[in-house]
Amino acid sequence: MTMAKDAETPKDVYVIGVGMTPVGEHWEKSLRELALDAITALRMDGVWVRPQALYVANMLAPYLSGQTQLAALLADFAGLRGIEAITIEAAGASGGAAARQAYLAITSGMIDVALIIGVEKVSERTSAELEAALSTSSDADHEAVHGITPTAQAALLMRRYLLEFNVPDDAFAGFSLNAHANAVTNPQAIYRRAIQVENYLNAPMVSEPVNLFDAAPLADGAAALLMARSDALPENVPYPTVRIAASSIVSNAVALHDRSDPLLLDSVVESSAQALQQAGLNPGDIDLFELHDCYSIFAALSLEAAGFAARGEGWKLALDGIIAKDGEIPICTFGGSKARGDTGGATGVYQLAEITLQLQDRAGENQVQGAKIGMAQCLAASGATAATHIFSRVDGP
Amino acid sequence: MEISRHWRLKRQRYALVGEVCPHCQKKIFPPRDICPECSEDARTLYQFSGRGEVYSYTTVYQAPAGYEEYAPYTVALVKLEEGPMLTAQLTDLGDEPVEVGMPVEMVTRKLRSDGEKGMLVYSYKFRPRLKEAVR
Repeated sequence: MTMAKDAETPKDVYVIGVGMTPVGEHWEKSLRELALDAITALRMDGVWVRPQALYVANMLAPYLSGQTQLAALLADFAGLRGIEAITIEAAGASGGAAARQAYLAITSGMIDVALIIGVEKVSERTSAELEAALSTSSDADHEAVHGITPTAQAALLMRRYLLEFNVPDDAFAGFSLNAHANAVTNPQAIYRRAIQVENYLNAPMVSEPVNLFDAAPLADGAAALLMARSDALPENVPYPTVRIAASSIVSNAVALHDRSDPLLLDSVVESSAQALQQAGLNPGDIDLFELHDCYSIFAALSLEAAGFAARGEGWKLALDGIIAKDGEIPICTFGGSKARGDTGGATGVYQLAEITLQLQDRAGENQVQGAKIGMAQCLAASGATAATHIFSRVDGP
Repeated sequence: MEISRHWRLKRQRYALVGEVCPHCQKKIFPPRDICPECSEDARTLYQFSGRGEVYSYTTVYQAPAGYEEYAPYTVALVKLEEGPMLTAQLTDLGDEPVEVGMPVEMVTRKLRSDGEKGMLVYSYKFRPRLKEAVR
């Protein structure tokens, strides 16, 4: 833990490139082609160094594409046949988990340069097939067997939250509005249009009290990130250097019913605290926070558990522009899962690519002015796994 | 089919048999053999009463494959009176509106059938506690 605090030790890990595909229904692209598109975007973005290891973040390929060994498949398809390549699965936290594995591999000294690809292909399946696949992230014997889905679990939490903290029914509207407003200028976003509060209030229910605008759309997409240790860093990186200041994964009971207080995301509490401690920071030092917003209730619960709001008050940050890109704690700066689109196991890699762009001052109209420190956190389902990373901009040589 | 998978769980699914930790007395459901409270061995069987109350609930409209024919159905987190919480469907609701805090009791019902030649999966569900059974 204390090792990461030393500013420029040889074990520091840096991001040297990012690449993303648009999130959407890519009828013309297969799983492997999406992944290759993200790598191609990465290669064209900055500098390319052949990685010694590939960590693939994916949750659904075994169910939806009949494909295991995805990492080996993608390494071969991308012209990297022979390198170390494994798939990392932690449901919705897979992206952060893959980044964590790359970080561990590089800091161990065994790997100099690692490539992370998050990829998900969902658009060729029926909604019943998707629900069944997504439900595998819950406890199969004690949750999924009862026909429960991630949407229903979010609804259980949201109803209880509304009641327990005596919160108005439209409390979560601001999260959806903010995400959509930010996605308008993100070329990778699935929904590039703003919504008004009336749209939210009149939205059909998906699972009461979760409405259509509380739930993120699941879609195809791939994102890639290239990481290297400081002594393996190429000299011609054309952008400001981004250092991985913290990396943490914490697990919790998978079943929602096995947690003493389902409205407290223990894994987020612990993972956020670990990451902040590694980086020697407080929540107030974070310039932007890409959090888990597959359902708007999780944005509120994450803000609370990560230390940005008191319990029962996370929803208040969605009022008055506090979470907007010029607010005190900007979230979902490219639209988040709600409007950029939810790419399942790939989401965490999108988040890391997005905070990298922010810290390099390359976010265009989505830029958070003066952003130096970004935090990204992805969760599996209702928080059974929380993966948190803090990236910081390093100015100068 | 997974016949043995469901068979292994029959005591908890049909009769709500869980465990009690001999070290810290915590009641455990579903059974898990290691106490989640004190991490000690906990294999003493414990028969739950089947009474509890609704902690939260919602309706599933977009059901997973295998459950489409039953949608819409109501799912809940039920807090058992002995302490543990579990996930289950609510049933026999009639016209009665579901509410958080509503007293419920366990019944055994069909969860799903895997086609004409497949197996029937039964499990606990919870219904509004019958008036004469209210204690």
